[in-house]
Amino acid sequence: MRLIEAEGLAVRLGGHDVLHDVNLRLDRGEIVTIVGPNGSGKSTLLRTLIGAQRPTRGRILRAPGLRIGYVPQRLHIDPTLPMSVARFLNLPRRRPTAALHSALEGAGLPDLGPRQMADLSGGQFQRVLLARALLERPDLLILDEATQGLDQPGSAAFYRRIAEVRQEMGCAVLMVSHELHVVMSASDRVICLNGHVCCEGRPEIVAQAEEYRALFGTGTEGALALYRHEHGHSHDHDHDHPQSHEAAE
Amino acid sequence: MMLDDFMIRAALAGLGVALAAAPLGSFVVWRRMAYFGDATAHAAILGVALALGFSVSVFAGALVMSLVMATAVSTLSGRGFAMDTMLGVMAHSALAFGLVGVSFLSGVRIDLMAYLFGDILAVSQGDLAVIWGGAALVLALLAWRWQALLTATLSPDLAHASGIDPRREQLVLTLALAVVVAVAIKVVGVLLIAALLIVPAAAARPLSATPERMAGLAALIAVVSALGGLGASFRLDTPTGPSIVCVAALIFAGIMAGSHLTKIVRNQS
Repeated sequence: MRLIEAEGLAVRLGGHDVLHDVNLRLDRGEIVTIVGPNGSGKSTLLRTLIGAQRPTRGRILRAPGLRIGYVPQRLHIDPTLPMSVARFLNLPRRRPTAALHSALEGAGLPDLGPRQMADLSGGQFQRVLLARALLERPDLLILDEATQGLDQPGSAAFYRRIAEVRQEMGCAVLMVSHELHVVMSASDRVICLNGHVCCEGRPEIVAQAEEYRALFGTGTEGALALYRHEHGHSHDHDHDHPQSHEAAE
Repeated sequence: MMLDDFMIRAALAGLGVALAAAPLGSFVVWRRMAYFGDATAHAAILGVALALGFSVSVFAGALVMSLVMATAVSTLSGRGFAMDTMLGVMAHSALAFGLVGVSFLSGVRIDLMAYLFGDILAVSQGDLAVIWGGAALVLALLAWRWQALLTATLSPDLAHASGIDPRREQLVLTLALAVVVAVAIKVVGVLLIAALLIVPAAAARPLSATPERMAGLAALIAVVSALGGLGASFRLDTPTGPSIVCVAALIFAGIMAGSHLTKIVRNQS
């Protein structure tokens, strides 16, 4: 079932065509990751989908009553604005106390309700952002490089949580990520973006695509190989690029 | 009748303005709109001049000019102008044109000081009705839009994702600001309205863990300042508007010093 669809989307910002001819469709329950170099319009695309950016051309179709949970890349809270974790979770709608408790439990932060948002660590902050988005019972969860600034175990834990959430709530997930190895292991579908959709499909297919390699180099194959390795597949892969996924990030 | 006593009318006027200005002022602080408040207030003097020139209600003139200024500024701010420069130009131009405009009105004997610094002791029963009407309107607007306003203040993108239009919320604040400016002229005057918005909110910040507490405390501090300033001005024969702002500033300084000391003590133990 279609949740959201973009047709012939174009966005022009400050005289630059950031996006053009973008077609995109998300169905219930799938995890889709957008990859692309810096400045390829990934964040702009997400902001257009949530309605924060008006498209110059094209249109966005949403399933009626679609609920979106959005986790931004970062959230700056002005130091003059006091905001406890519990209060933050009550935005934009007030929630019953029981729902707040279970949201904090689910995020693994049961005792942090009274804490100020400004006093949280980077990982805790991201988990609270996710918990707030989940309180909307979203049909579609949108994450914009949600693990930026987290260390490897931290971001791995974050993506495990996303997979759990999809299991529990059956929501679709659309995310932007720089971490190609995560993308490869956690997504049903990958969209490679560079102003337009260069290629898309299942992760292993995209990784072989010429357009993808032109953007990320063949180095990413190493990351993919690593993924395949972990999953015990036996494909032929070359290990000529040991530091490959660092180069790819 | 009780309302015949000018001191009681003054106290009620101060109370009404304080109750509306402080919660709105919290948003002005959170959204870094301090200069925006100034520009809107300064534009009001131009409104006063026009109102006197055309013999219409001063309140209406101030309200319309404040609305025009607030809308102009919030439209421009959405288009990426260098806002501090823009506001500086607009605020002071409006003030200057207002002052020049008033000087043309030779027929009317105008006490300019009353509009610049307020004239709370001259508040009539009619003024009181306008002040409380405006204050009630602003409080109702804020209460109605509270959750959406907070979300939009925190992050326009989060607001969009939840189906809240941040531009509409900005419009609500713009409207509320114009109303507060218009009703506060009589109480503190155009030059000190911004202080009434910002100082109580800033004073409440160190004692607050949630936005609601900050807005509530700010209202309390503003009320204490209004009544304290009125009392002080009566006893010391000082101008009332500035006295109110002085009390608020002293409370601010006291709270800042207190919270700083607590922090030091806590770090030592």
